[in-house]
Amino acid sequence: MDTAPLIISLKTAIVSTFLTFFLGIYAAKFVVNLRRGKGLLDAIFTLPMVLPPTVTGFFLLLVFGNNSFIGKFLNLIDRPVVFSWEGTVVASTVVAFPLMYRTARGAFDQIDHNIIYAARTLGLKEHHIFYKIILPNCWPGIIAGTILSFARALGEFGATIMIAGNIPNKTQTISIAVYTAVQAGDYELAYRWVLVIVIISFVSIAAMNMWNTKQSNVISNKGGI
Amino acid sequence: MSLYVDIKKKMKNFFLDVKFEAGNEVFAVLGRSGCGKSMTLKCIAGIETPDSGKIILDGRTLFDSEKKINLIPQKRKVGFLFQNYALFPNMTVEENIAASLKKGHDKRIVMDKIKAFYLEGLEKKYPCQLSGGQQQRVALARILVSNPDIILLDEPFSALDSFLKWQMEQEIIETIESFGKTVLFVSHDRDEVYHICNKIGVIENGRMEDIRDKKSLFSDPKTLSAALLTGCKNISKVKRINENTIEASDWNISFHLSRKIPDNIQYAGIRANDIEVIPDDEADLKSNDSGIIIKYNVIRMIESPFSNIFVLDTGIGDSEKLRVEVKKKGSENLVNKRFLKVRMKEEDLLLLA
Repeated sequence: MDTAPLIISLKTAIVSTFLTFFLGIYAAKFVVNLRRGKGLLDAIFTLPMVLPPTVTGFFLLLVFGNNSFIGKFLNLIDRPVVFSWEGTVVASTVVAFPLMYRTARGAFDQIDHNIIYAARTLGLKEHHIFYKIILPNCWPGIIAGTILSFARALGEFGATIMIAGNIPNKTQTISIAVYTAVQAGDYELAYRWVLVIVIISFVSIAAMNMWNTKQSNVISNKGGI
Repeated sequence: MSLYVDIKKKMKNFFLDVKFEAGNEVFAVLGRSGCGKSMTLKCIAGIETPDSGKIILDGRTLFDSEKKINLIPQKRKVGFLFQNYALFPNMTVEENIAASLKKGHDKRIVMDKIKAFYLEGLEKKYPCQLSGGQQQRVALARILVSNPDIILLDEPFSALDSFLKWQMEQEIIETIESFGKTVLFVSHDRDEVYHICNKIGVIENGRMEDIRDKKSLFSDPKTLSAALLTGCKNISKVKRINENTIEASDWNISFHLSRKIPDNIQYAGIRANDIEVIPDDEADLKSNDSGIIIKYNVIRMIESPFSNIFVLDTGIGDSEKLRVEVKKKGSENLVNKRFLKVRMKEEDLLLLA
């Protein structure tokens, strides 16, 4: 079995989880502090989660395609996104982003406001409050969001095939490899890839649950009873 | 050292309109829950913004709607003790207390406070491992380390049981005395307020009604809400007959008073322990120097640990009953009585606007 799809999938998932982690947290922070237009922005940020992935991919083609401003610029610096490995990263990041954004936002919303007010009256700077108080108290939610994003990025198919295509050794991820194998009637290969992706997804979710139990113990009762 | 507050803010259920001044003292704001007292504190701390008005602390303008001044909370130097203490759950006791200090601060500042608040041995514990009393001490220590110009206490005892409450009251009084600057204390509990401070402002529906020395407020409340908040259990609507006579319609009696009755009087009140129970053989329904004497049927008797409370039927509907509180000692003969003869003295009658 050619391991290229596994390597491509893992590389894509790791890079896009890394991007989603920061994008999601900062988007959540931005929306939570927003006074007006919260609902609209929230809807836009959540859209990739509810849209059919092919539609998301179609939008990405519009944005990064050869006819768009961004696409022309990317062609100019010779880093096109369409039909390239970067395309798989862009697709996975966009599709996984709402999961990170929503879990981070949920965690921020749940934090006791008095803690933030107290920090302000004590003279702590806003960025200090965010990094030293809000984030540490939101770790369980943020870690959960990260693992969900990773699992989602790993399994991404629709948007990826739209923007990055199905190029072996370049953009063919495991999910696309499964599709290709089934199309070619190679069920044995399909089974193998299915097994690989089930194992990776299962391990990620199990890791998330373990982490969550551990973290909620730490927050509610540091050091145990 | 003084605080001047004059703010207006439109709220969901009422209009907050508060004006007061506090010197180098403990000033209490007494009011029911949801009357705007916490909001007032939040406006002073800069957590909420009033619609208009002014807040001046020791000559520093914290907020002025006309001059468009609105300092951020970080610049106000206001210490705020929250009801739930708002300790940072991810930080140890030590880290919480040192939260306001810059990196590389003098460790002794924190050590001193840990000692002063009896927190030795708890330095490395997290807030969730502490008792309510310990949490409050950490919160107070954390506030004092930040060196505020004023301390705001927002219902600090409401989550504590009565034994712990007593202990924490003593500790807060100690803290306040050594602090020596303005302290604003918000509460709905008359006992707490009476224990801790001298000057009291009564707030009702967002309006500061009555600002006075505690002794004068408790002995002579001027408004209905002040009377209720200071614990007056018996209130009757009154009709002013002339400048010396009122009719207390809920109690079914008229009072002839030697003092002049102001025009705006709408209610009369008398404290449950100011009503005196007298022996049966004294004359009925007689108004004289020692007050009015009247006989009521007893509806029920409620036993408290050290006193008995008699609920009397005034004969008017079922809305307003008269409550009389008698110390248990020496009044054993009153138990199981079907009626009581009581005396209400003129000087105990509160005339309320």
